[in-house]
Amino acid sequence: MTQHFLGDTFVLLGRSLRHITRSVDTIITTTVMPIGLLLMFVYVFGGAIKSGSQSYVNYLLPGILLITIASGISYTAYRLFLDVRGGIFERFQSMPIARTSVLWAHVLTSLFANLISLVVVVLVALLMGFRSGAGVLAWLAVVGILILFTLALTWIAVIPGLSAKSSDGVSVFSYPLIFLPFISSAFVPTKTMPGPVRAFAQYQPVTSIVNAIRHLFALQPVGSGIWVAIAWCVGILVVAYVFAMIAYHRKFSR
Amino acid sequence: MTANQVPGSAIHVQGLEKSYKKLEVLRGVDFDVAWGSIFALLGSNGAGKTTVVNILSTLLKADAGTASVNGFDVATQAADVRQSISLTGQFAAVDEILSGRENLILVARLRHLKYPVRVADDLLGRFLLTDAATRKVATYSGGMRRRLDIAMSLIGSPPVIFLDEPTTGLDPQARLEVWQTVKELAEQGTTVLLSTQYLDEAEQLAGRIAILHGGRIIVNGTLTELKRLLPPAKVEYVEKQPTLEDVFLAIVGDDGKDGDAGKNRSAVTEATEQR
Repeated sequence: MTQHFLGDTFVLLGRSLRHITRSVDTIITTTVMPIGLLLMFVYVFGGAIKSGSQSYVNYLLPGILLITIASGISYTAYRLFLDVRGGIFERFQSMPIARTSVLWAHVLTSLFANLISLVVVVLVALLMGFRSGAGVLAWLAVVGILILFTLALTWIAVIPGLSAKSSDGVSVFSYPLIFLPFISSAFVPTKTMPGPVRAFAQYQPVTSIVNAIRHLFALQPVGSGIWVAIAWCVGILVVAYVFAMIAYHRKFSR
Repeated sequence: MTANQVPGSAIHVQGLEKSYKKLEVLRGVDFDVAWGSIFALLGSNGAGKTTVVNILSTLLKADAGTASVNGFDVATQAADVRQSISLTGQFAAVDEILSGRENLILVARLRHLKYPVRVADDLLGRFLLTDAATRKVATYSGGMRRRLDIAMSLIGSPPVIFLDEPTTGLDPQARLEVWQTVKELAEQGTTVLLSTQYLDEAEQLAGRIAILHGGRIIVNGTLTELKRLLPPAKVEYVEKQPTLEDVFLAIVGDDGKDGDAGKNRSAVTEATEQR
């Protein structure tokens, strides 16, 4: 049935996109926390943070974008969980369709919803004084990294979406992902942190991704850092995909 | 449709075994379902009815045994099996956020039909859902939801339909509607495997009834055959003992009321006096 893969994915994508457009509140909920953090850190704590030569909103935005994605994918897991619990996932699996297209439709919907949330957050940041002289290529690179990061986190979200036992359990996994940017260069430069914390902050994926986006926005040379960022995204993506497929085959053992 | 009817039975199950970790759910299930018949799989909750249905609809793999649906082996020809069947699960598997019409069109498109919209409108009419066609399914009643669910299963006219406890949680009226639909399906030549825990449902609908108990089919036959397993009906005389309530009322006394309570009281009083 692989010949139907694209067509079936397209049909199912249309279905879950309708879910997004009919419940715009999920997009609003996704963006409320990152926007709140943005406001709080720029207008409350930001004055006390030495972020170097750039304005603090410019410094902060990359990390906030990653937090937006981390909070957005909990809805991906939730939507998938509802499909599994409601039985419609089983219905699709028992139909003559390309079976993995059901998962791909959710993944692409997640990408779409997160891109909308990201646009909303960037617009708010622009109102708050975020400016970037980045050209088309630099912007494309930023969007590319964000898409890779969204896909990586989305495949992580598929795992609890398929295997969670309750609607409370399904979004718990996203809390550490939302928290991870706090122990990175997203809010403050890592050099102010004490030894072990700094070591963790410097070598965890968020720091390299945040730095790469920050350098692209600020027209600074990205050096090899961007490849480290991309390697992290692709690495997480591959591992998450493998585990998501294991979860899927455990659920539907064929 | 690549699925063509082949001689033999519509569903053939032999020696089916399945365990979840250490829990043995099926320990060698055998049965056959004839073309165009309604076959009821009867059993209490947890007997393994859903496990059988899930194996037959290629959602689960059996540990041992063979099963074929519409002539295709569920293990080796899963894609052909899926082409031949429709599964109506235990809970109405409909999309709550879409309208009834959109649900039907969705399934019709996934079944790669040529005219999904026409198919959807036909079914809406047949299942008395035309008025509610554009409403979100979340606003539907339990009966309407189940009707839509079954309508979705008929799209593409699969020769075999699995109905897993189709009337659980429905009110009596909706239940009768579902029964009517199932009967019509069988009349049109569709093979129906019905799993149910309601004895009257099996009695009403099924040509053959199999009882799944302890992981095996313990009885399999027509209703008349099953009835023959028991000794013929006879009239029995059962002595009616007083209930605790009768005793209580008799002792406490209920002077405001005439009748049994009063008589019983006198009986009790007499009994005490005699002692």
